[in-house]
Amino acid sequence: MRVTKSLALASAGLLLATSLAVAQPTEIRVGAPLEPPTLDPTAGAAESIDVVVYQNVFEGLTRIDQNGAVQPGLASEWTVSDDALTYRFKLHDGVTFHDGTSFDAEDVKFTFERILADDSVNAQKALYQAISAVNVIDPLTVEITLSRPDGLFLFNIGRGDAVIVAPESADNNATDPIGTGPFAFVQWDRGSRVVLEQYGPYWGEKPALTKATFVFISDTATMTNALLAGDVDGTYNFAAEALPVFDGNPKFKILVGTTEGETILSTNNKRAPFDKLEVRQAMAHAINREEIIEGATYGYGVPIGSHFAPHHPYYIDLTNTYPFDPEKAKALLADAGFPNGFSATLKLPPVAYARVSGQIIASEFAKVGIKLELINMEWAQWLEDVFANKDFDLTIISHVEPFDIGIYANPDYYFGYNNPEVQALNETLNATTDEAKRKELAQEMQTIIAKDAVNGFLFELAQTGVWNAKLEGMWPNAPVEGVVLRDVHWVE
Amino acid sequence: MTLYLLRRIFGFFVTLFIAAAVIFILLDLLPGDPARFILGINATPEAVAALRLQMGLDDPALLRFSNWIFGMLRGDFGVSQTQKLPVAGLMVERMSVTLPLTVFAMVISVAVGLPLGILAARHRGKPIDTALMVLAQTGVAVPNFWFGMLLTLLFAVTLHWLPPGGFTPWNEDFWAASRGLVLPSLALALPQAAILARVMRTALVDVSTQDFIRTARAKGMTFGEAMWRHGVRNALLPVLTILGLQFAFLIAGTIIVENVFYLPGLGKLIYTAILERDLVLVRSGTIILVLVVSFTMLVVDLAYGFVDPRLRERRA
Repeated sequence: MRVTKSLALASAGLLLATSLAVAQPTEIRVGAPLEPPTLDPTAGAAESIDVVVYQNVFEGLTRIDQNGAVQPGLASEWTVSDDALTYRFKLHDGVTFHDGTSFDAEDVKFTFERILADDSVNAQKALYQAISAVNVIDPLTVEITLSRPDGLFLFNIGRGDAVIVAPESADNNATDPIGTGPFAFVQWDRGSRVVLEQYGPYWGEKPALTKATFVFISDTATMTNALLAGDVDGTYNFAAEALPVFDGNPKFKILVGTTEGETILSTNNKRAPFDKLEVRQAMAHAINREEIIEGATYGYGVPIGSHFAPHHPYYIDLTNTYPFDPEKAKALLADAGFPNGFSATLKLPPVAYARVSGQIIASEFAKVGIKLELINMEWAQWLEDVFANKDFDLTIISHVEPFDIGIYANPDYYFGYNNPEVQALNETLNATTDEAKRKELAQEMQTIIAKDAVNGFLFELAQTGVWNAKLEGMWPNAPVEGVVLRDVHWVE
Repeated sequence: MTLYLLRRIFGFFVTLFIAAAVIFILLDLLPGDPARFILGINATPEAVAALRLQMGLDDPALLRFSNWIFGMLRGDFGVSQTQKLPVAGLMVERMSVTLPLTVFAMVISVAVGLPLGILAARHRGKPIDTALMVLAQTGVAVPNFWFGMLLTLLFAVTLHWLPPGGFTPWNEDFWAASRGLVLPSLALALPQAAILARVMRTALVDVSTQDFIRTARAKGMTFGEAMWRHGVRNALLPVLTILGLQFAFLIAGTIIVENVFYLPGLGKLIYTAILERDLVLVRSGTIILVLVVSFTMLVVDLAYGFVDPRLRERRA
């Protein structure tokens, strides 16, 4: 009798185990619009690199979570000196790279020295320039000294650009990435897909997925078909115009989240007539944000009144600083000496949001007498003409770096805003580590920038993901570039 | 004959050289700094300068051009600026998709186009001829990316018979790889089949009024027999020329079709390289395409000469 009972129990357990294994798939196929040129996030700016490898294959000392907050990563804890110049990191024990070599303080030192080397091609080298020394205290303790305080330091070392690499494998990371993350690189069929598999000896909590394949599909209609046919299980940011296909389909869910992309009508503050405050104020009054958001983002964008992400705790709503008011705009133009308006050029990079916003703004500006000539450009040409040579009147671009209000403190930046008050505030902000004080300073900066109407502040880009309805754990927001698979799992 | 051969071959090399010069000049004239493009807007000027040096962008244009040409003569097609891998290797890897795709499409277009052309010519002026030619005209007019979308909607999204796109490497799963090429080759083959059908029909109709057909009929053959034994063979001459041209069209067509079906072929490689401003890959990739197309033309020209002795003598 007892034998039968235990047999029955055992078979029931077996049955349960089998049914679980059948019911819960552990593999995922993610559609991505762009194939990464390489797989080394420390040697290129392409977002497509981070999409595949950030926090999946590679990890940094800190980790950015889905709300943009800093969490412990390879460093389990840290202390900051009172002058905010010295950071001492305690590293996790028992961490190994995917090639089996062990991770320790020497790898941290190597990583940062590689970023700061003269021949470094790290796209964000400027973010780490405050680092003056990296000292190995013992194999599991490392101390980083800064030459000046940097309030964003802990955030910046959690980005894809500062993931920890090993001296043995760093040179080959472009094609054979070796990191410490929960997923190890398996293969890359160029032009087609990258395959990752769960890394067994991973030091942290094991992810639910055993295998993840990134499939590269650039065309929107093709991606739609791939989703509908089930060839991919989801995509993290899909073109808004294609979302109605999936809206209301019970097999899919749409995740609407925020990004760090402030989309602005960048204005050349050094060039006449934009050097006149009244002119910039007039343009601000001439902009109808709702119309632009509806037209360029199908209503998914969030209006902004300054250069700051609405989901950030330091954000203040300044969208009413210069409300939409064409009559006021005309009056201000007359005050500035342009009763009949003026003509200017608007250079547009090859992204849909910019091209469409440009057309809407041109028609809005025409109503107050500003005649815009639209000039469409390719990326490389835009970077050279507008960004590097500052040869432009107006342009539309999304600034996708997190917490990038500091660009307004750089008078040599392409829109040429030079305000010593903002520069002083930014310096204080960088040197401040107290949260409440930082918030106050950041809000003061936002307000001044909004009042100065430095640029036309349009909207924050949304992230609109389409996923299989049975998938959970994806990040709706994009506080950093990356598709983090750590928590993604299938449910019934 | 030898003179004819030599002239054709000389022309082939001149074409290649001119193409190389045009490609180089056009890409060099493109505005924008590839190094800045790769590193993005937050890169420091030092990092951009370091990358420019690494990419050899600061050398004089003539030096870069001759380096490129002599490199290619030694079999060195350069290293991709974005992918950091030799271009030759990347292209060979992608050939394993594009070549079978092109051959599949070629086979389908011949297998569909020629019989339909013969059928139409046989029933010349009858409703079946009209219907076939309307169909062919439509086939020529339909863009292949759109036709590809329709195929995907029907066979992948609705019926689930075939994958909507993507490619499994041959050595991993031969059957899956072949299945993945069915829809793209159909999409690619349709306009070509339509063109072939029209050319075949016209050629047959032309031949049917020739003296040798009348002679064959006078000797007691039925019209069908005469056409089959003498007509079709003679009508194949213009078809051969079209086939050579079509190979070039198919290679170019893969750029669009491979993007619709997200296939990792040559077309997609070059398309992506253009978007990412990988000048080394674009120019070496383009010149290899020029080489393939001109070489096909050369072979067709030579074959034409062998098939039709009249032509050979006239040209020489």
